[in-house]
Amino acid sequence: METKKENKLLLSVRDLTVNYETKDETVHAVNGVSFDLNYGESIGLVGETGAGKTTIARSILRILPTPPAKLVRGEVTFDGHNLYQISEEEMRQIRGGRISMVFQDPMTALNPVKRVGWQIAEGIRYHEGLDQKQADEKAVEMLKLVGISPDRFREYPHQFSGGMKQRVVLAIALACNPDLLIADEPTSALDVTIQAQVLEMIEDLQRHRNTAMIMITHDFGVVAKSCNKVAVVYAGEIIEYGAIEQVFERPMHPYTVGLFGAIPNLTTDVDRLTPIPGAPPDPTDLPGGCKFLPRCPHATEQCKRPVPAYTMADGHQCRCNLYADEAKPVAAAQAAET
Amino acid sequence: MTRYVVKRLLMMIPVLLCVAIVIFTIMYFAPGDPVALVLGDHYTEEQYIQTAAELGLDKPFFVQLGIFLRDTFLRLDFGTSYVLKTDVATELMARLPRTVIIATVCCLLQIVIAIPLGIAAATHQNGAVDKLCVGLAMFGISVPGFWIGMLMILLFSLKLGWLPSSGVQHWYSYIMPCVANSLMGVGGMTRMTRSQMLEVIRSDYVVTARAKGVPERSILYSHALPNALIPIVTYIGTHFGRSLGGTVVIETVFGIPGIGYYIMSAVNNRDYPIVRGGVTLLALLFCLVVLAVDILYAYIDPRIKAQYENSGRKKKPRTPPKAKKEAAANG
Repeated sequence: METKKENKLLLSVRDLTVNYETKDETVHAVNGVSFDLNYGESIGLVGETGAGKTTIARSILRILPTPPAKLVRGEVTFDGHNLYQISEEEMRQIRGGRISMVFQDPMTALNPVKRVGWQIAEGIRYHEGLDQKQADEKAVEMLKLVGISPDRFREYPHQFSGGMKQRVVLAIALACNPDLLIADEPTSALDVTIQAQVLEMIEDLQRHRNTAMIMITHDFGVVAKSCNKVAVVYAGEIIEYGAIEQVFERPMHPYTVGLFGAIPNLTTDVDRLTPIPGAPPDPTDLPGGCKFLPRCPHATEQCKRPVPAYTMADGHQCRCNLYADEAKPVAAAQAAET
Repeated sequence: MTRYVVKRLLMMIPVLLCVAIVIFTIMYFAPGDPVALVLGDHYTEEQYIQTAAELGLDKPFFVQLGIFLRDTFLRLDFGTSYVLKTDVATELMARLPRTVIIATVCCLLQIVIAIPLGIAAATHQNGAVDKLCVGLAMFGISVPGFWIGMLMILLFSLKLGWLPSSGVQHWYSYIMPCVANSLMGVGGMTRMTRSQMLEVIRSDYVVTARAKGVPERSILYSHALPNALIPIVTYIGTHFGRSLGGTVVIETVFGIPGIGYYIMSAVNNRDYPIVRGGVTLLALLFCLVVLAVDILYAYIDPRIKAQYENSGRKKKPRTPPKAKKEAAANG
């Protein structure tokens, strides 16, 4: 099964645009995001707080609160189904069954008044048509899988530590063998030692079960460790997208370059890190052209107009006019093909 | 848990003592002379002294207080009414069921009507359903129960002749008083349920449940509602406690011989034993209701249960006795 599905397209996001609309203002959270994910692959969405990563993830699962969130345009195709054209009931079966999600803050992600075991078994009951007893048995299996003793099955979330809660959340997410796992900053709320544990567990389970994954994070280290592809998100746009080696070896967009510059290097002696000057643009009032324009050292007049995503010969994509020339022959070749 | 309940029951003793002392003192120093009221317009000096001695009102304050506390708490004897010459405890017990019936039915009406309305309003936030529910709630809160009560008497008793306008002869005599009395509670609780649900359905664990693929109905009833219940239960509890002593107006409008009405007329007659006994009884009931609510918390929220079980000899988590005393004294 694994070999057969290896290179098959699982998820395709096209031109996803999401606004948060209130009476007073419109927040442009996600602006024309596109990416593909094959079975068993994992992609890292990297970006700073407020870049729209979580909105991308939640709009894939269709769990954004509407209103205020509004899908302006775009398509999310999962295994051949357009997720925005199927009914709520069909979507419900996909949620937790074929796509599941691990949340940022394990402290609040579990229902405080329900037993942990019940919370794991609940999803199993709905998706696999099992009765409470069978679902409970499977939930016990899941607890063991994430390294929690089965005799804690009947305990409540407040009796668990943060790391253990996150493992419970992970058990909930993986209980129905999903094809796609969305991990929304699964380690941000945990302390560093627990972070490593949880990450390792996610990777382990994901590889072992050949689950595709979207890893949302602001930590390049996490991406390097657990992803095949990486998409750098800035102001609701993917500004750079490519295989992990491509982006790490040759960061193209000035923002990505800046991000790498802000990471301490172990091999050279640096006194000060280099921050990127300025702040991300106000999402209620985005610049018309390149979103990074106000902070970019290479800005030109051309950058004031919308910048397309340029594709390089190796498939590495970047939304920056600096690479327009390099991408020309590729674009020409593609045009010739079609 | 048992330990906690026993501790709380013991805590009630000083609370009740305080209530008894406060009400005794207030009545003692309140203007008005019960002896004169008992004797009527014409009496001699001799008669006055004799009656005062019979009622025990000739003794000094502390002696009277001591006798009152001894009788009430050690002999469970609330004394004899000055004016009516009947046993207060018997009278109170005869009237209590009527008041309790009204309070309980109101409570049930609130739960049955207000919780679904609140949930409907929260799930359709800012929609037509929401506006309707909030409007109804606003109406319930703003309209005085006695006024609705009188309108109902006009319509159902005088015009249509369906229901008796006063008294407690039949079970259906309770319909109008209960409806009129519950209006305000229903309104308040609808608003409370709505705001609590709105808060809870935005919480992370509801998103988790949704991401798990739980149907929307189950999300509402098995994930959101239990978490929204704590303030709602508190509201029901206080409202129930208040209804026990605070239905005076409704009891007056519908001519129901309940506790509130009894105490109220006793206050006017300076009939001390009734007032003292009644207020002490209401304070006891109120304490029991508050305790019941606190125990209920433990069954709703396992975190509170854990807190109770761990509380040991540390200080009590909630509801200082003073608040209870004040609320009971208001009744």
